[in-house]
Amino acid sequence: MGGYTPFREANAFFGNLYDLFAGLNVFGVSLIPEWLAYFVAGFLVIFIVINVVVITTTVGTWVERRLIGRIQSRLGPNRWGPFGLLTPVADALKLLTKEDTRPEGVDGWVFNLAPLVFILGPLLVFAVIPFGKNTYVADLNIGILFIIAVTTVPTIAMFMAGWGSGNRYSLFGAMRGVAQLVSYEVPLVLSIVGVLLLAGSLSLVDIVESQRIPFILIQPLGFFIFIVAISAEMNRSPFDIVEADSELVAGFHTEYSGMKWGTFQLAEFIAPFGAASIITTLFLKGWEGPVLPSHLWFFIKVWAIWFILLWVRATLPRLRVDQIMALAWKFLFPLGLINLFITAGLLLIWEDPTTIQLWAMGGINWVIALVCLVVSSHLMSDKLTARPPLAPVPGRSSGRAQEAR
Amino acid sequence: MTLRTEPVTINLGPQHPSTHGVFRMRITFDGEVILDVEPVFGYLHRGSEKLAEERTYAQVVTLTDRLDYVSSMSNNLAYVLAVEKLAGIQPPERAMYLRVIAAELQRISSHLVATGFFLNDLGALATPLMYCFREREKILDLFEMLCGARITLSYMRVGGVFQDAPTEFWPAIRDFLSFMPEYVDEYEKMLTGNEILLSRTKDVGILAGETAINCSASGPVLRSAGVNWDLRKADPYDVYDRLEFDVPVGTVGDNYDRYLLRIAEIRQSLRIIEQCVDQIPEGPVRERIPNLVRPPVGDAYAHVESPKGELGFYLVSDGSIAPYRCKIRSPSLINLTVLRDILIGWKLADMIVTFGSIDINMGEVDR
Amino acid sequence: MTSTLSADLIASRLAEAVPGAVEESNERDVWVKAESVLDVCGFLKDDADLKFDYLVSISAVDYIEHFEVVYHLVSMPHNHGAVVRTRCWGREEPSVPSVTGLWQGADFQEREVYDLMGVSFTGHVNLKRLLLWEGYPGHPQRKDYLEPPR
Repeated sequence: MGGYTPFREANAFFGNLYDLFAGLNVFGVSLIPEWLAYFVAGFLVIFIVINVVVITTTVGTWVERRLIGRIQSRLGPNRWGPFGLLTPVADALKLLTKEDTRPEGVDGWVFNLAPLVFILGPLLVFAVIPFGKNTYVADLNIGILFIIAVTTVPTIAMFMAGWGSGNRYSLFGAMRGVAQLVSYEVPLVLSIVGVLLLAGSLSLVDIVESQRIPFILIQPLGFFIFIVAISAEMNRSPFDIVEADSELVAGFHTEYSGMKWGTFQLAEFIAPFGAASIITTLFLKGWEGPVLPSHLWFFIKVWAIWFILLWVRATLPRLRVDQIMALAWKFLFPLGLINLFITAGLLLIWEDPTTIQLWAMGGINWVIALVCLVVSSHLMSDKLTARPPLAPVPGRSSGRAQEAR
Repeated sequence: MTLRTEPVTINLGPQHPSTHGVFRMRITFDGEVILDVEPVFGYLHRGSEKLAEERTYAQVVTLTDRLDYVSSMSNNLAYVLAVEKLAGIQPPERAMYLRVIAAELQRISSHLVATGFFLNDLGALATPLMYCFREREKILDLFEMLCGARITLSYMRVGGVFQDAPTEFWPAIRDFLSFMPEYVDEYEKMLTGNEILLSRTKDVGILAGETAINCSASGPVLRSAGVNWDLRKADPYDVYDRLEFDVPVGTVGDNYDRYLLRIAEIRQSLRIIEQCVDQIPEGPVRERIPNLVRPPVGDAYAHVESPKGELGFYLVSDGSIAPYRCKIRSPSLINLTVLRDILIGWKLADMIVTFGSIDINMGEVDR
Repeated sequence: MTSTLSADLIASRLAEAVPGAVEESNERDVWVKAESVLDVCGFLKDDADLKFDYLVSISAVDYIEHFEVVYHLVSMPHNHGAVVRTRCWGREEPSVPSVTGLWQGADFQEREVYDLMGVSFTGHVNLKRLLLWEGYPGHPQRKDYLEPPR
């Protein structure tokens, strides 16, 4: 067992499984060699995580549709199963049995590969997320960099889909998607740097453990920028110009059908859970919390963030492409820089902050965040005052001759 | 290094989520910016005008339902007014009031649909649409009381209306008048000051008053451009000259004005309905006329201010039981003349919103 | 109320402004010659007293021997309306000058009349079928139109 010890010890979940398989023996003869036990245990962990994620997402689609139904003052799906709980099953069955049409003129390889690449990103995020105490697939020491890297993968898939479909709507969507991602990656990373400075580590487990008080209290501006930028990265309303259904039909996946389309949808429903997990880990103290078990705390926080994302999605109209770019470069990017400078400056003053100093930092940051948000939203929305209601005029009277115009 | 770029042509429609039916536009883009627009019509052409020549005057009413299927009442009204003008029939007082009530209810419902879909075009994930449809449902319930139908109403008849409003209609409409202003306030609260809505619609798709007149635009499109022209005031029909109401007129002529104008018109319509409910006299609701109307040889043009604009019927009679020619002046089609003026130079996303703010209905465009 | 100008008044004004344009007039209607429609409309639009700045509709009626094109005009400043009619003879190539240069709003209406009635408008820059597709046989709104056998 020698060579695999570090991994085993670092990850209790994996370690127990490994010990279970490696320890299987008949009369002292090991049934499974060490390397195979290692492989099987690893495979099982990945299998469990992916299934938990996908099943949560499936339930999530139901909750999302019911909640949006509530928001829109209608019922939402309620026919199939109690409270419509089986609707996702029906959806999945329908998608799986649907004909997979492939229009003429598509670039076969690129077209078929795109959904798989697209779902890769959201799934890989969960490889480094700590779901609870000692529960993670891998504790990478560059965890947050890994997340930033894999969240850009869907953009490549988006462009593959857009280009491979041979459809101009798809191409429009793909081009918008790439432009949007390139812009929003900058504020996204900038907003994380503040957290990294405070935590002093790139590993997500370390970040969770270093949060004596949740970083959302110390980094309000960072949290705000992050949640805006991540919803833009996920192409959620009000930043859903990539698949703007009223403009581009369905954007980059216009030409897909059947389970390929289903894969895109699945990835898009997983993405908010991924985003909520990242936010929980970075800003909300991850799985830590009093009384309740750590997994439950993580679960509750993720769903709370997820609900905020959904709420925004169901409420706001969509921005235009140039406005979205302007928001990224003129608004979020400077705010991110301010946040970074302030955090770095404060850390220069208090090199190893005590808890009280952290609270003080939080106070200063909150004041700065509120001032920044108020000032910059005034700058952004200079012209955005509502016109007074149209003055009703008596209308031209019945009769001749009026130079009213 | 210079990049070689070339314009892209996209067929927007006929199957597209936000062309409000089966409309098609051949658009040339430079990136996201529109260089040229060419509307293509006819995907819903059913030959209503030709069909009308094969039907008696009474039967044509059902055809008019299917023109602008979200405002059947106005279509019915325009048609029966034309026949009455042609045949010299004067409907009874009570019928005229009922017609105005029905037409104004229809205006509210049509403007609700227009506002809802306008926000849908803005990408608001159907939430405002559902809110607007919630109230439209109540109006459709009122229509159901009046005539049993909800969409294709055929309520108006030559010489009056199909039947008197049932007794339960009056408390129901009083109830509607009492809660509707609050709902309109609710829309205004949610939408009018919304920054995203403002940034997307304000000063976008500006239509000048002169252009609007020159393009024969009518209805909210014309009035939002600052032209004070409402047929209910300019050429009153039925009992509009006895009612007090104002005509909201836009100041800039952009998408935001067109949205504001519809909201303001809903409020005015509520005012009109309230007065009608107060003033309506007792009496018959239908003139006694033969089933087969035979108007004298001649022609007549009658128009109403439908929710979309000036809806006119030009009828020619040869003295028989069917119209010799029934020409429909459809506001939706003619309002689309302004398309090129207000779309070129804007972005794709603006185009969808501007197009939505014109509020067309394909049943009426293609007839 | 939009007052309807008497046809006699319009006919007399036209007689002095565009001599020879009025073909026939009675107290209700005024018919102008097909070839002078553009001049007549230009006069009606620009004259200070008449000022018909708004073209309501263009309709065409098939009277078997001739087609009648009817222009409904309204003046917004004066709030009065008028109806101008013109006859064009012949079933093969009836044509009327286009008024799109005066009122942009005539564009789709003239195309519709051309499409369904087969009256062509000379001077229209984009005279294509509006509702039916290119190559559709015949003009369905004509009285002698028969549905093509399926």
